[in-house]
Amino acid sequence: MTDRSATEPLTPSGTDAVVVSGPGHVGATEAVALPPARSQWGDVWAQFRTHKGALIGAGVFLLICLVVVLGPLVWPLDPTETNIRARNLPSSWTNPMGTDQLGRDIFARMMMGGRISLSVGLTAMALSILLGALVGVLAGYFRRADGPLMRLTDMFLALPILPLLLVMVVLFREPLAALFQSQSAGIFILMVTAIGITSWMQTARIVRGDVLALKEREFVLAARSIGTRPRGIILRHMLPNVMSPIMVSATLGIATAIITESTLSFLGLGFPPDFPTWGRLLNDGVAYLQLYPMRAVWPGLAISLVVLSINYVGDGLRDALDPRIRGR
Amino acid sequence: MLTYTLRRLAFAVPTLLIIAAAIFFLLELAPGDPMANVPLTVPSEVKEQMRQALGLGEPPLVRFALWLKQFFWIEPLNVVDATFGTTFAEGELRIISWQNRSPVFQTIAERIPQTLWVVGTSYVVAILIAIPIGIYSAYRQYSLFDQAGTFVTMVGFSVPPFFSGVLVIVIFSIQLGWFPTIYDTRHAVTDWDSFWVQVRQMVLPVMVLALQITSQLSRFMRASVLDNLNQDYVRTARAKGLVERRVILVHVLRNSLLPVVTVIALYVPAIFSGAIITEQIFKVNGIGQLLITALQANDWPMVQTLSFIFAVLIVVCNLIADLVYGLLDPRIRYD
Repeated sequence: MTDRSATEPLTPSGTDAVVVSGPGHVGATEAVALPPARSQWGDVWAQFRTHKGALIGAGVFLLICLVVVLGPLVWPLDPTETNIRARNLPSSWTNPMGTDQLGRDIFARMMMGGRISLSVGLTAMALSILLGALVGVLAGYFRRADGPLMRLTDMFLALPILPLLLVMVVLFREPLAALFQSQSAGIFILMVTAIGITSWMQTARIVRGDVLALKEREFVLAARSIGTRPRGIILRHMLPNVMSPIMVSATLGIATAIITESTLSFLGLGFPPDFPTWGRLLNDGVAYLQLYPMRAVWPGLAISLVVLSINYVGDGLRDALDPRIRGR
Repeated sequence: MLTYTLRRLAFAVPTLLIIAAAIFFLLELAPGDPMANVPLTVPSEVKEQMRQALGLGEPPLVRFALWLKQFFWIEPLNVVDATFGTTFAEGELRIISWQNRSPVFQTIAERIPQTLWVVGTSYVVAILIAIPIGIYSAYRQYSLFDQAGTFVTMVGFSVPPFFSGVLVIVIFSIQLGWFPTIYDTRHAVTDWDSFWVQVRQMVLPVMVLALQITSQLSRFMRASVLDNLNQDYVRTARAKGLVERRVILVHVLRNSLLPVVTVIALYVPAIFSGAIITEQIFKVNGIGQLLITALQANDWPMVQTLSFIFAVLIVVCNLIADLVYGLLDPRIRYD
């Protein structure tokens, strides 16, 4: 499926070129009469730009990330500071999302929770992609590993994920907290590992399929005939060519990981109450649903908005990275 | 086809065994003693006997074998006994819950109708809504309806059920007061009035579960119809003068339902996991809520059995999806 990238040398600064360089950027640096050089990622970006939903999605996601990362540095209110006199306030200029039953500022807690939710999402996604790509490449490239690894993948796909995640959290919450001497580190590592090792299977399957097809191509034969070792072939020839499906599943993986984390926290089996993740805040808000419905709506809105924007970005990325669609 | 079925079945058995073992030995690591809430005045030898009666005190491997025997042999025998009044399973130890000391399957049998009602209704509703939407938005691709539909389905599948549940409660129960927030499972349907009450209390949970499935299914349906609309047979059908209605609703619909039927089968486990969350929100005491309470009460036999039932559901649905696809589509041959 990656016709272009197979025949054309890859730009060394591949990944970062996605965001930075459009055709205009490249043209500006070489102000000669030559038509601007078209890199693969430049093409991808050009196609991505035509998908309006994906652009808006990327914008919204980056905005939320910015607010969540930089917000607490400038926001004057502390997410843990209680103020009994200012309980259950509605939205106002000082508390844009109101305050909770202990008088804590919900906006500050939302930013705090967003930091945790997003970092769980990103780390779990990284772990799951790493596992998925590893299993996929190994299974696709080494014929002997194919059978066992794919059976393992099938097995994992048949696991009842949500019940198992719940069990894992209940079982290992205390021991891990004790091991890392801190509850936050323990539960963070537990969540990330649990989500990571239960969500790599789709990536592994896609990557394996692509590697199987790539392995038969001439450039791999050429590489092998000049004595490149399997390691070199995988790193230099396979991985760059399966980057597109990996990037798409990575994008969508963030959304799934965030939903999973929020689900666990919502069921009361995720982060403890003093770590306000979005799922946890939603869970806390449900108790006051009759009186202060907005308290449950804010975190839910944040989760949904992030997931929606990520899904749009994933859609756009899939179109942009597919050379059959690109350029049409 | 038969050999394929047999091969798949033969592979399903070790898969399920390994999953059962994985869950069992994961739970082995669990703290929590079923005797913890027995009063301290009970002498320790009596406690030991109670332990033996629950089938504890043996090495893990033996207990795993015992659990397998109970799950696959004794419990089915109990079902036979209950149906035909026989006494095959008399005196055999059943899987006992640590929470209430009653057989696990008895509790599950009490809880499962609620789950099946909610899950089944929402699946039917979802299919009935998703398929027309999918057809129409594919038929009028890029029309206003299609774009609105695509956006709504994207939103529908991005909003997690725990938020859509909260949202519908805020809108329909708190603001409008149309539907109750809590699903009363003791409510018995005897006449039209009580039937109406039952319908009203089912609306919200069904809506939440159906929303997610509808969005996914209609996306699939749309893609599938789009694939088929460009096929040669559609042009042939139009060329020979068939009415457009017939072209779409007979020729295209049948062919595009093929992949969707497998997707419907594949999503059955997903909708059951969704039910875990929905039951928690609307306080439906189905098996999802049973799982959560069992987890919180360290009732490992219950957790083990329920998780394994979920695994069986996944394996069986995957199998059905593949077999149905082979049966419906003569182009697919499994050799």
